[in-house]
Amino acid sequence: MAKSEAVFSFTKVSASRRIRDIKEKAIEVVLFLAASVSVLTTVGIIFLLIEESVLFFQKVSFWEFITGTEWTPLFAEPSYGIWALLSGTITTSAIALVVSIPMGTIIAIYLSEFASPKLREICKPILELLAAIPTVVYGYFALLFVTPLLQKIFPELPGFNMLSAGIVMGLMIVPLVSSLSEDAMRAVPVSLREGSMAMGATKLQTAIRVVFPAAISGIIASYILAASRAVGETMIVAVAAGLQPNFTFNPLKSAATVTAYIVQVSLGDLPRGTLEYQTIFAAGLALFVMTLILNIIGYLLAKRYREIY
Amino acid sequence: MTNWSIEELRENIKRRQIVSQIFAILGLLLIFFALFTLLALTVKMFIDGLPRLSWKFFFSFPSRKPEEAGIFAAWVGTAVVMMMTAVFAIPIGVASGIYLEEYGKKGWLAALIEVNISNLAGVPSIIYGLLALGLFVQDWNLGESILTAGLTLSLLILPVIVVATREAIRAIPNSLREAAYALGASKWQVIWDHLLPYSLGSILTGIIVALSRAIGETAPLITIGALTFIAFLPDPPFTSQFPYISFAWLKSPFTVMPIQMFNWVSRPQAAFQANAAAAGAVLVVMTLLMNGLAIYLRYRLRKGLKW
Amino acid sequence: MVEQEQSQSMVSERPPVVAEVVDLNFFYGDFHALKNINFYIPANKVTALIGPSGCGKTTLLRCFNRMHDLYPGNRYEGGILVNGENIISPKVDPIEVRMRISMVFQKPNPFPKSIYENVAYGLRVRGIRDKSLIDQKVEEALRGAALWDEVKDRLHESAYALSGGQQQRLCIARAIVTDPDIVLFDEPTSALDPIATRSIEELMVSLKERVTIIIVTHSMQQAARFSDYTAFMYMGELIEFNDTKTVFNNASHPQTQEYISGKIG
Repeated sequence: MAKSEAVFSFTKVSASRRIRDIKEKAIEVVLFLAASVSVLTTVGIIFLLIEESVLFFQKVSFWEFITGTEWTPLFAEPSYGIWALLSGTITTSAIALVVSIPMGTIIAIYLSEFASPKLREICKPILELLAAIPTVVYGYFALLFVTPLLQKIFPELPGFNMLSAGIVMGLMIVPLVSSLSEDAMRAVPVSLREGSMAMGATKLQTAIRVVFPAAISGIIASYILAASRAVGETMIVAVAAGLQPNFTFNPLKSAATVTAYIVQVSLGDLPRGTLEYQTIFAAGLALFVMTLILNIIGYLLAKRYREIY
Repeated sequence: MTNWSIEELRENIKRRQIVSQIFAILGLLLIFFALFTLLALTVKMFIDGLPRLSWKFFFSFPSRKPEEAGIFAAWVGTAVVMMMTAVFAIPIGVASGIYLEEYGKKGWLAALIEVNISNLAGVPSIIYGLLALGLFVQDWNLGESILTAGLTLSLLILPVIVVATREAIRAIPNSLREAAYALGASKWQVIWDHLLPYSLGSILTGIIVALSRAIGETAPLITIGALTFIAFLPDPPFTSQFPYISFAWLKSPFTVMPIQMFNWVSRPQAAFQANAAAAGAVLVVMTLLMNGLAIYLRYRLRKGLKW
Repeated sequence: MVEQEQSQSMVSERPPVVAEVVDLNFFYGDFHALKNINFYIPANKVTALIGPSGCGKTTLLRCFNRMHDLYPGNRYEGGILVNGENIISPKVDPIEVRMRISMVFQKPNPFPKSIYENVAYGLRVRGIRDKSLIDQKVEEALRGAALWDEVKDRLHESAYALSGGQQQRLCIARAIVTDPDIVLFDEPTSALDPIATRSIEELMVSLKERVTIIIVTHSMQQAARFSDYTAFMYMGELIEFNDTKTVFNNASHPQTQEYISGKIG
């Protein structure tokens, strides 16, 4: 009696174990499928961009695309020189970085090395709100607040201009630089700070000569992220920098960026198979390649200067 | 140096301290400047938009006449699209996070997914719009619909939710997992009964931040062709006839708050700019409220549960 | 208190003194970490601070170069007199103190810079730019730290390429390059193997010629091996201070005897 009971419970356990194992495996498969969505997204992006761009380059010379400085798809004799758009992207991004990198870095050093923990805890989330405001609102702000201000300094400044869009974009990116750089600097061991202070260094000397170099890899990562954010930013430039392709690096001029061009074309009707439909994918591919290059540079720099403390 | 007199030494220190203090003041000033920008932006929206902010503005459809136009279709659209986005992004994001943290610790596949997610976070949002245009609108024929918008934005915010989930789960000490395993729990039981409940607060914070980002996203929705004149609400989800529930609203065309604002800001008439500012003020309040909630939750979590 | 006075009176003749600690009290917030410490630091000698963990020996050491000033909520009372000046007075700039009294830490903490730049650091923060002077000082310090021969051909390589013992000697070179009056050592060998420990100890003995040394050590043997004077601390109080031989062989206080013989730890 006792024996048969034991056998019974043994088989019961093994049966329930089988069910449990199947259930566990099924759950793992479902979770894996969810995780693969992100990979499929990347595959989808790359595939679509290349698919449509291949069609585009059957009609437009690749050489003209990557060397030309005129972008006039609507002319009777259209030109497709991406530099007319890249110049806008590069100029606005450069202005944004000139604003955000020094400002973000100084704020990061201040919060990490000078501010009291309490001040740091209050300031950080409030600063991060800057990056949370919708970019179209920033566009409005650039067009109707910053541009009129700048026009007092540069009376010739047109209503749409890259300077205003770039500055506002830079302000938006500041918390990206300051938060990530600050995290990197806070991760530097206290022993290095104490070693420096024990030699009679001031806080600033410690910050610049010891903490900053020790955290450089994380700081560079924040700069790279800021740059790819600036390159990909759309609504600020679409609202405030103008939608006319214009090969110029003069920040006081109006010019379209790669992203602004995509927006401008998308505003109209876009039947598939038309050259116009394909141009935005070609422009998107150019944008994607730019952010890819930035990421690779970031990866190489991080490898070169990885934290060694 | 020893050959410095005490006066020289003090002079040297004083010089260096002054530079250090100037830097500290500069840092503080820059923080104030950044906060001032935030303030100026908010105030600008309210000052310019104040004349238009009324109940009528919230319950009117867009119109060719600026003084009659409102954001009814836009905020309803935003609410519905956010719901769709949450429906897709939350389960997939949390599940990916769990998989990467608890299952996929080994193997090249997990490494690939991990690298991929960190790279996706750096892809410009407008590129997601191109993906949606090619895949959802054209290949899958979903049209310029609420469904397309929800799918697009959920792909966009997926990395944010995945990262938040992973960090939340990683913060749980291993001793808790081992305690549960020691009582005979299976892997999924450990996750469902312990890891998820304990990390819920942090995951929720991540979801709120992600959704607040989705609310403000404009570019990818313009790319799928959503910038149209919408003077109606989506189809109602309930009907008077059997089966009483309709999913036609999924295929409805839509507009959302930031697109409505972009539409108005790109018009030359000053009256429309006032509408844009009013819509902008509503958007700013929405995002500040959501992020404020996230900051508060994070603060509560840090004060409260500590292992 | 009574014991301290007693123990001080035990020192028969006072050697030349570089620093004098007078009624020193120290507080971490509300916690009274050092209680009425009185003793002195003999010039060009090695003074060891010993005692069980938590007794306050590291806290006392870090008073000498005002490291506690880096963190909020810390408070000093009393005095540490160097050349007649109270270096813990709020009126004295902690940076000035640290320029005259340098420190070597528990774990080697070279900066993520080259060997050369690590040693030159103290000169650079003073704003010295004269390259030949820096070269000369760096070489002197590295020789003083018995590291010159090992690194002279790779001065511009990263300091992290050095072994743990070499890194600690590099930190010693960094601490002596500015010719400080006193060098503080906070358990400098606790992270090192016995061979590296031995070389650091020999180095400290040779450094006595140039500087006064105060060392915190968790190892009684280490204190006995090479220190000239020993201060025994317990629960934030200085129990006994005398020349090392007397403390180890003929301690006047029973608690010291118990600690030395291993009864309390």
